[in-house]
Amino acid sequence: MSQAFVIEVDGLYKYFDQFCAVDNLRFQAKRGVTTALLGGNGAGKTTTIAMLLGLLTPSQGQIRILGEDMLQHRYRLLHRMNFSSPYVDLPQRLTIRENLTVYGHLYRLPRLKLRIEELAGALRLDTLLDKRYGQLSAGQKTRVSLAKSLLNEPELLLMDEPTASLDPDTADSIRSYLEQYQRDTGASILLASHNMAEVERMATDVIMMRKGQVVDTGTPAGLLAKYGRNNLEEVFIDIARHKEPA
Amino acid sequence: MQDIHFSPRRIGAVALRHLYLMRSSWPRVLEMVYWPTVQMILWGFITLYLQGNSSLIAQASGILLSGVLLWDVLFRGQLGIALVFMEEMWSRNLGHLFVSPLRPYEMVASLLLMSLIRTLIGIGGATLIAIPLFGYNIYDMGLPLIAFFLNLIVMGWAIGLIVSGIVLRYGMGAESIAWVSVFAIQPLCAIYYPVAILPGWLQPVALALPASHVFEGMRALLLEHSFDASHMAWAIGLNILYLAVGIAVFLGYFQIARRKGLLLQVGE
Repeated sequence: MSQAFVIEVDGLYKYFDQFCAVDNLRFQAKRGVTTALLGGNGAGKTTTIAMLLGLLTPSQGQIRILGEDMLQHRYRLLHRMNFSSPYVDLPQRLTIRENLTVYGHLYRLPRLKLRIEELAGALRLDTLLDKRYGQLSAGQKTRVSLAKSLLNEPELLLMDEPTASLDPDTADSIRSYLEQYQRDTGASILLASHNMAEVERMATDVIMMRKGQVVDTGTPAGLLAKYGRNNLEEVFIDIARHKEPA
Repeated sequence: MQDIHFSPRRIGAVALRHLYLMRSSWPRVLEMVYWPTVQMILWGFITLYLQGNSSLIAQASGILLSGVLLWDVLFRGQLGIALVFMEEMWSRNLGHLFVSPLRPYEMVASLLLMSLIRTLIGIGGATLIAIPLFGYNIYDMGLPLIAFFLNLIVMGWAIGLIVSGIVLRYGMGAESIAWVSVFAIQPLCAIYYPVAILPGWLQPVALALPASHVFEGMRALLLEHSFDASHMAWAIGLNILYLAVGIAVFLGYFQIARRKGLLLQVGE
């Protein structure tokens, strides 16, 4: 196993009763860059991410994260990674500060108050810290989820649709922040997204999934050339509709 | 960050999340105190009425009130576990919690801690109100009260953990089990009458419940002013078994939830 890869997935299967959601999945994601995991609804992206996070036990196969076996060293690895998704809520009645404090303690962070202030400033949450999470707009909630995911300065950040339901301005500022974070820390990002413009902007590598399998991989530019298309959205549609490269 | 297998800070973090919730929601605190207090008042008046008509009540006027308050320790202990766990499901927070380094057994420890806090608030309030209202001070029982309290709350924890596991596995449709499960065994717990009153074939079942031994012990203390060590030993022994089963069932259902992907799916 190489130190060049932050995620190495080999022969991964996930069955729900008779249904095969992930079917002999194999891929690698490089360290220090953003890798996009793309696919239509039901392609197996969320199932894959859940297995990478240890929320879901694989039926078979191997997952190595940061060079270690995820199934054996889950808790040691969870200190070094984090997750953000607009589809997983935080407690609504707690304020942003309270939510971040709880999660900071879960990661046993030193200088927690300072870390929360830093993140709140960087993500324009400083004036909202004492507001309840349930009273926030969708964009503000996404920024809180991002703040939560960055609390422990993760070496690997898994993101499921990080800018879903955000206006273009907020989405752009989040992407810029993530790019800055990556430059500052050398962190790796695995990004599941349906926003192809976002993928073209952020991702160094793309993994295309369909029916629980990897159907193609490459750089955004490489995939555009391979499929003879002008943008990733057209490539995505080609793959979803089982069209062969040009 | 050094990996620690059992972190008091992580356990405290989950408890802190629920203390924040209690602080932000006075109806939740009121709900904890409300029912034990209403029960205490109702049984206090029944005691006053029966005092002139029953030699048993005349002999130990606190026997009914002690029964109702101690039964509520078991009920609140069970409910404390189940409600705190279901709060995480209602707020769809389990996904975030378990991508952090929180271990399932640390979650169990947090649930026990929060159940203890909630029970102390709920029952503590009712016991204090009973002193001026009915001149009844349950703390007059002395040290045996601690043993009764601990045994009943541990039995409540065991049931609460099993209920939480079932709700995690079968979803919020099973939520009502949290409210009704404990009442299925109430007639067998010998709260207001001795085990000997039950039909012979039911008595072994009743004696397999730690609570029956606690209430037999309570009656011995109030009526005969003696501490029955034998009943206490049975209660402790059974509770060790019950709690071990409760933890094993919860962790077993947690493993199933991990296999079936339920940690990301739960919600209202």
